[in-house]
Amino acid sequence: MGELRLIGRPASPGVALSRLFVLAEKDGPAAAPPVGDPTSEALRLSAAIARAIGELEAVSQSVGEDAREILEFQIALLGDDALAEPAFASIAVGDSADLAWRAALEAQVADYASAEDEYFRARSADLADLRDRVLRILSGEVQQTVPAGAVLVARDLPPSQFLGIEWRSGAAIALAGGSPTSHVALLARARGVPMVVGLGADVMSIASGQEAMVDGELGTLVIAPDDVTRAAARSRETEIKQRQAIAERYERAPARMPSGEAVAVMINTAGPDELSLLDPAICDGIGLVRSEFLFHGPVLPDEETQYRAYHRILEWAGGRPVTIRTLDAGGDKPVQGLTIDDEGNPFLGTRGIRLSLLKPDVFRVQLRALCRAATHGTLKVMLPMVATPRDLTQGRQHLEAVASDLAARKVPHAVPPLGVMVEVPAAAIAIDRFDADFYSIGSNDLIQYVMAAARDIASLADYADATDPAVLSLIVQTVGHGKRTGREVSLCGDAASDPAIVPHLLRAGLRSLSVSASSVGLVKAAIAGALER
Amino acid sequence: MSDAAVTETTATGSILIEHEVGLHARPSVKLTKLAKTFASRIELGLSADGPWIDAKSIVKVMAFKAGKGATLHFRAHGGDANEAVAALVGLVRRDFDEGQPGG
Repeated sequence: MGELRLIGRPASPGVALSRLFVLAEKDGPAAAPPVGDPTSEALRLSAAIARAIGELEAVSQSVGEDAREILEFQIALLGDDALAEPAFASIAVGDSADLAWRAALEAQVADYASAEDEYFRARSADLADLRDRVLRILSGEVQQTVPAGAVLVARDLPPSQFLGIEWRSGAAIALAGGSPTSHVALLARARGVPMVVGLGADVMSIASGQEAMVDGELGTLVIAPDDVTRAAARSRETEIKQRQAIAERYERAPARMPSGEAVAVMINTAGPDELSLLDPAICDGIGLVRSEFLFHGPVLPDEETQYRAYHRILEWAGGRPVTIRTLDAGGDKPVQGLTIDDEGNPFLGTRGIRLSLLKPDVFRVQLRALCRAATHGTLKVMLPMVATPRDLTQGRQHLEAVASDLAARKVPHAVPPLGVMVEVPAAAIAIDRFDADFYSIGSNDLIQYVMAAARDIASLADYADATDPAVLSLIVQTVGHGKRTGREVSLCGDAASDPAIVPHLLRAGLRSLSVSASSVGLVKAAIAGALER
Repeated sequence: MSDAAVTETTATGSILIEHEVGLHARPSVKLTKLAKTFASRIELGLSADGPWIDAKSIVKVMAFKAGKGATLHFRAHGGDANEAVAALVGLVRRDFDEGQPGG
């Protein structure tokens, strides 16, 4: 029998190779116990709820702060009479404690499962957790013991159950449902347990005991992996562990080259939510905030919403510089009601600053929010897809108009430095024509435009080479212009997050890189020359 | 942002949720815990005309699924109604004591 490969969504990084343990499901009451009179059933339910609270309080003594907050939430729900109220009402008219509790909690689970917001949807797992814990106590059943170090397969995994399991090396989680934003995903990331979610209901019919491989970065579960997959998994696991050990050594210290010269290492981010899980001490600031995160909803974000989000990001950074890129919609990032559909070649279409200049009302809302937020930290603003000096001067005119309007209305604000993202070859080739306050090289797009190879075509991936001499010469030229005119040049893009490419970027003269948060440690190690053999 | 129309035993107040993720698990736990420290009956609504729910019940508070940008209306009846509304409005205004650097 060949291997079976299932694809889900990544929820916690890492690779694990181990035996499968499929968590048995409790489908309805097995053998319904005889129903007592309403008074004794009500007492049974009260006692079970009290015991469940006791269990959760006991677990919460021995866990970290993140986990304790989740358990406190569950304890608060259980301790609230409103939760069991419908169950006690059903018991009063003759239902058993089990049936009444299950029905009451299932209504709650369904209510959360239908929520629009993914966060509230994920709470349905907390309610299901409480449902099952109390049902287990009512049935007198012993909690299933998950073997330490197994690949645990379940429909969804309640946080309290995660905390009751001993997670050894080799252990991983593969869920039929679940969400990368669930409490349990957060716990898995904190504990370093690889996790994949959304594998589909079929995963529940796989037999326990088989060997399986979980890749928490690719989001895959491979059942009965063949020798090739197994060998690849083992070497990746070893490699990841070695890299993690190196990364941890370097992550918290300022980055220095072997010569002692300092290099700024900043992070790229897609918004305040992911920042809340990071310690700002690992970086020298934020080199790229992709403001698109604000534009994913059904309506465009208003000034207040944007201001609050930017404020939160600046607060997180605590005085470190933060570069926010104005909306880069279009290309492969459509925004409902804003971007232009049906352009034949969207990467060469109305995207970035082109779209902002076409929709000045939307652009100015963002600029106003940015100017107001600029009073709360060291904010810089950069324009994406600048191809001609006109793009920059028009962008600056909007910024100045917004600032003078705020001044006229006596609204507290500051005018942030305005930079350009160097990603269109026309800008890189004639960089001295662009009178920007700073430059940030957007390597992903620069490479795709220089090589004329679209980023989203997998078979052209070999062309996407940051070390191609044509690409490097444009980086050298941009860095040189920055040095001559005393303006900062940094690079934000996947190239900077790749430790193998970092030495090339340093040789090109760059001393400021903005990378994905998860690669800060390795990039700093690469800068120190610690990864060279 | 808030107002407090006060009579002998009734107080009301409203406040905009600025917390990034809204009235989610952690903020709801804090809000209901704080509400329970007051003797007054405290109710919560998403508009000035209700519907009103018990602000001491986390099950009901969470069921509101109030996101960022929603306005919370409080009304309290009892001996410490004014203090209760002031404290709850203050908690929401301070972003539930989350998000400050180091806090």
